[in-house]
Amino acid sequence: MSTTTDAQTYTSDEMMSIAAARALGAGQRCFVGIGLPSTAANLARRTHAHDLVLIYESGTLGSKPDRLPASIGDGILAETADAVIGVPEVFNYWLQPGRIDVGFLGAAQLDKFGNINTTVIGDDYANPKVRLPGAGGAPEIAASCREVYVVVRQSKRSFVDKVDFVTSVGHGSGKGDRERLGLPGAGPTLVITDLGIFRPDPETCELVLSQVHPGVEVEQVREATGWDLTVSPELSRTDSPSETELATLRALKEAK
Amino acid sequence: MAEIVSLAEGVGRLVHDGDVVAMEGFTHLIPHAAGQEIIRQRRKDLTLVRMTPDIVYDQLIGAGCARKLIFSWGGNPGVGSLHRFRDAVQNEWPVPLEIEEHSHAGMANRYVAGASGLPFAVLRGYSGTDLPKHTDTIKQITCPFTGEQLAAVPALNPDVSVIHAQRADRAGNVQMWGLVGVQKEAVLAAKRSLVTVEEVVDELEPVPGQVILPSWAVTCVAEAPHGAHPSYAQGYYDRDNAYYEEWDSIGRKRDSFEDWLREKVFDMEVTDK
Repeated sequence: MSTTTDAQTYTSDEMMSIAAARALGAGQRCFVGIGLPSTAANLARRTHAHDLVLIYESGTLGSKPDRLPASIGDGILAETADAVIGVPEVFNYWLQPGRIDVGFLGAAQLDKFGNINTTVIGDDYANPKVRLPGAGGAPEIAASCREVYVVVRQSKRSFVDKVDFVTSVGHGSGKGDRERLGLPGAGPTLVITDLGIFRPDPETCELVLSQVHPGVEVEQVREATGWDLTVSPELSRTDSPSETELATLRALKEAK
Repeated sequence: MAEIVSLAEGVGRLVHDGDVVAMEGFTHLIPHAAGQEIIRQRRKDLTLVRMTPDIVYDQLIGAGCARKLIFSWGGNPGVGSLHRFRDAVQNEWPVPLEIEEHSHAGMANRYVAGASGLPFAVLRGYSGTDLPKHTDTIKQITCPFTGEQLAAVPALNPDVSVIHAQRADRAGNVQMWGLVGVQKEAVLAAKRSLVTVEEVVDELEPVPGQVILPSWAVTCVAEAPHGAHPSYAQGYYDRDNAYYEEWDSIGRKRDSFEDWLREKVFDMEVTDK
């Protein structure tokens, strides 16, 4: 899908990356998953959050790549980092004690309580319909970061009532579950998709549509949601990408 | 003291059918040449251990070398799925593959426990996830001091760990730098170890951020120039991103994979140095 505003055309993916980048604040320490989260985090660092600290699970603290890394182990992440450390140290010294502000994750499946599945599609673990890559660093990122942002392309297949497999815990089965499970961080506070932005309801922790991107109708979001969607009474519309945001994003993607 | 051997000899001596084999290298310094040598020597019934079974294990799994996989993330980084891994899990091709699935934090701590000579490691992890339902090497433990509920995971002590490093000297001291993942822990946790290196040199010049594995902590060192390709060796060559893309089409079909196996592994001239 592409949207035209004034003299600009952009895709829904670009809108999603830009909306996700805007959510990151200056000076935050951000644990970055590869793919959509990495695109957004690098965009944020090059637009409004120059001192955003990027942490990658391959063992880099404070990476400052001038192009998008091809993988979490791209050499440019180590070469531009403040420190390069071993993988046990990443998880034990930096993530587990709660030193990271935001965990920025993607998802194959996400449910109404922000639980993430990246393990199997289908309800039989031993005979899955689709075998996905698995957990990686996500379960502990989702547990221990002060808050979690999820960025995901939205459809009825990815936005489900209940995930087939809980790889990483969001808000479990509702309010109070994280405390019961002993998960120190606040969990997903923001979910950014190609259609809009969702936040957990303060009473139930169910994800509620709080923002729609330009040109997107609420009905469209409803159709791409696998549960009975609640729309926030304060629903707002995302600002269109600025020229600078679009130009920076495209330059990042083109840089080799 | 580590013995300097050829890659073929190192694999022949240290990797046996039925072994628990860990091959580490977290996105960097992945021991691809050693992996293909294991295929070439037609090892079977291996329990393969690796945090990120990417292309290197897709190849071993597709070639039927593995009986079981212990891992935390199985994908083609930056590209998508591992088709041979999926075919093995979903369709038992070419042989059934048992899986034991963890998170990165769990795997890293299992190596740390193994390297430390402890029976298990403790971490704040897995709570509320579905992983403990399917993985019996994740248990709950109560902290004897605070009463906090934590996760316990058993040590990994592979029969053999295989890693790739930049350099070794003629005495077999190993030097690596850049992203060093869990390689040190994997070697120290294992009963035997094989380290392939870009080059064997007279003297190891210090490099910032280096990790040194002393010769007496390593079993065998083998020179394997370009041995991490298509991953990279910082200071030697970059990641071959095109190969990772290309692997998606090679690995997708059984036919194209078997063609690759014949051409690039079994028919390759092995030069024994």
